[in-house]
Amino acid sequence: MAVAAISKYDFAPADTQDKFHGAQLLYIGWEDHLLFCAPFCFPFPPTMRFGDVVAGPMKAAFGYHPDFAQIDWTKVEWLKSGKPFAPDFDKSLADNGLRHKDVIRFRTPGLTGIKGSCN
Amino acid sequence: MDMQVAKKKLGLKERYSVMTRGLDWTPSYQKMEDIYPYIAYEGIKIHDWDKWEDPFRLTMDAYWKYQAEKERKLYAIIDAFNQNNGHLNVTDARYINTVKLFISGISPLEYVAHRGFAHAGRAFPGPGPRVACLMQSLDEIRHAQTQVHAISNYNKYYNGMHDFHHMHDRVWFLSVPKSFFDDAITAGPFEFMVSIGFSFEYVLTNLLFVPFVSGAAYNGDMGTMTFGFSAQSDEARHMTLGLEVIKFILEQDPANVPIVQRWIDKWTWRGYRVLTLVAMMMDYMLPKRTMSWKEAWEVYFEENGGALFKDLARYGIKMPKCAEQIALEKDHLSHQAWSTFYNYAAAANFHTWMPDEDEMAWLSAKYPNSFDKHYRPRYEFWREQAAKGNRFYNKTLPMLCQTCQIPMLFTEPGDPTKICYREVDYKGDKYHFCSDHCKEIFEHEPEKYVQAWLPVHQIYQGNCFPEGTDPTVEGFDALGAVLKYYNLEHGRDNLDFDISEDKKNFAEWRGQATKNI
Amino acid sequence: MSTVFLALQTNEDTRPIIEAILQDNPSAVVDEQPAMVKINADGRLVVRRETIEEITGRAYDLQELQVNMITMSGNLDQTDDEITLFWKS
Repeated sequence: MAVAAISKYDFAPADTQDKFHGAQLLYIGWEDHLLFCAPFCFPFPPTMRFGDVVAGPMKAAFGYHPDFAQIDWTKVEWLKSGKPFAPDFDKSLADNGLRHKDVIRFRTPGLTGIKGSCN
Repeated sequence: MDMQVAKKKLGLKERYSVMTRGLDWTPSYQKMEDIYPYIAYEGIKIHDWDKWEDPFRLTMDAYWKYQAEKERKLYAIIDAFNQNNGHLNVTDARYINTVKLFISGISPLEYVAHRGFAHAGRAFPGPGPRVACLMQSLDEIRHAQTQVHAISNYNKYYNGMHDFHHMHDRVWFLSVPKSFFDDAITAGPFEFMVSIGFSFEYVLTNLLFVPFVSGAAYNGDMGTMTFGFSAQSDEARHMTLGLEVIKFILEQDPANVPIVQRWIDKWTWRGYRVLTLVAMMMDYMLPKRTMSWKEAWEVYFEENGGALFKDLARYGIKMPKCAEQIALEKDHLSHQAWSTFYNYAAAANFHTWMPDEDEMAWLSAKYPNSFDKHYRPRYEFWREQAAKGNRFYNKTLPMLCQTCQIPMLFTEPGDPTKICYREVDYKGDKYHFCSDHCKEIFEHEPEKYVQAWLPVHQIYQGNCFPEGTDPTVEGFDALGAVLKYYNLEHGRDNLDFDISEDKKNFAEWRGQATKNI
Repeated sequence: MSTVFLALQTNEDTRPIIEAILQDNPSAVVDEQPAMVKINADGRLVVRRETIEEITGRAYDLQELQVNMITMSGNLDQTDDEITLFWKS
């Protein structure tokens, strides 16, 4: 369907990649850890190494949680747009197939939040 | 000698007819479609505008008389409240945060509603709805003004309210109510009437005003209670207008039914999402609770809305399908919302805090199916950490829903442990949603919602810093720059209630009011 | 039948009106809330001018009720003599 309008209705989308000064947006959510109320939104250069995302911004964002230090990254299960995803930590975001406004989630088996409450 | 004979007054029905249809005329040298250019493009068909009748049969002369009386009553009480240092009579200083939420989140909407009804009134060829829209437009600007007047007294003493209209246009969470109303006023006049007049005023307004107003009454806030009641006396008329609009449109042409149904589905959901703020206000921000969000939803939506949609069934209108999901969310909504504001306490214009033991017990009792299992462990952890000097301030920006603009905090219907993710690919870009309903709304009019001003994305685009800011300098403090852009003072307007100036000042002033020092 | 209701501010103006409503609507039930009186009735509720005038001993214009209303539920019809709230189903 289209907008009902009195004349031609054609406006630019607000959040295309060209507006982010060389960065692309990546959304990251940690399953079973609702202490963080929502997934995060990050602007990263597409050339950034995936492993650097985990060690830097993800640690800064999720590190408050006592579970974060316990994570065995070799056992983590990743999802991209809800489907299984196997990122290569040594490759860039772009080389891992991550595009502007992609959403990834990670599940940490055995770590399910404060007293197992998914918080 | 002449006898003085009292002139016979017109009856209500005659007076209404004279003062509405009697004032209208048929244009002779301009075409109707040139005078009313917005009336056809939404696909709504109206055959006889004279079928419209305001059930109250209120005319402008009577309107002015009763509105003047309402104003006199209101300002007498506001004066008394101010003269008597009424702000020190509220239950405790946490309460004042509900007033901050109101002035920055709701009052600016009253002003936009004023503009919206003025525009809709101008668009309709029928004199009946035109007069009703004129009245409502005037009501709405009255609400905006009286709320600003009443709350200005709090602004003299407490933080976070000093630039509410500036904040309304900028602060991340205020984009939720702002974009809701912007969506409505940028629709056509019929959709506007269904969105605000019917879905918001008739179906949902009781959940906004009655809890705020009775919350104010329960918490000793005579000022807010009074402007609330004064506004609410107009709301009763707005509700009647909203219901009349729907019935009128549906009776005019059967082809209108599916269009109206889609608008009702859309706007009930959009309005409900905005009420997330009210849900958390009721369950967390009122030191003395009136009823829980869940109870209010059951009384005002499930019972009352149930009766309404049963009545509208004769036109072929059904209960909006989002009602099923809302029923699943009612055990969780307020807790998920409060957690979000607790997370982002550094970036809001009001304070947050953890409920005390008694309040946790109240929440357990009101939410036996959800609170102890899902939310108490989270709160107890946060409380322990805060006691150790490690109060949680989430400093990473959240992912937002493209339609409602709320952070993606809502869980899957039926599974409160999983965030609900939905997405759509549109013209080469991805768009994300908090729910099936927000996704469907986008899919129906993607051209509109791709333009959304999402605060998080705008920050990353560099559009939310004061002029002249250079975000590329080393050690750039993004949060600090964004707060400056919001005109919020870090450490004063934001952060936890426990360390707030409001808390300290209230205790000191109340002490002065009751002791000779 | 679904419930209709009318909620009024609790004050001196509305006291006789509530009394009149209860007199005229045997099925009406009063629910007193903070600063607000909500009157529920099954399917139909009538506010009659004459009853209010009998109780207050003065002429009453039903439009005066505009000043003290808080909220309502149901279809509405107002004439010089009555305000009726009703559901059709």
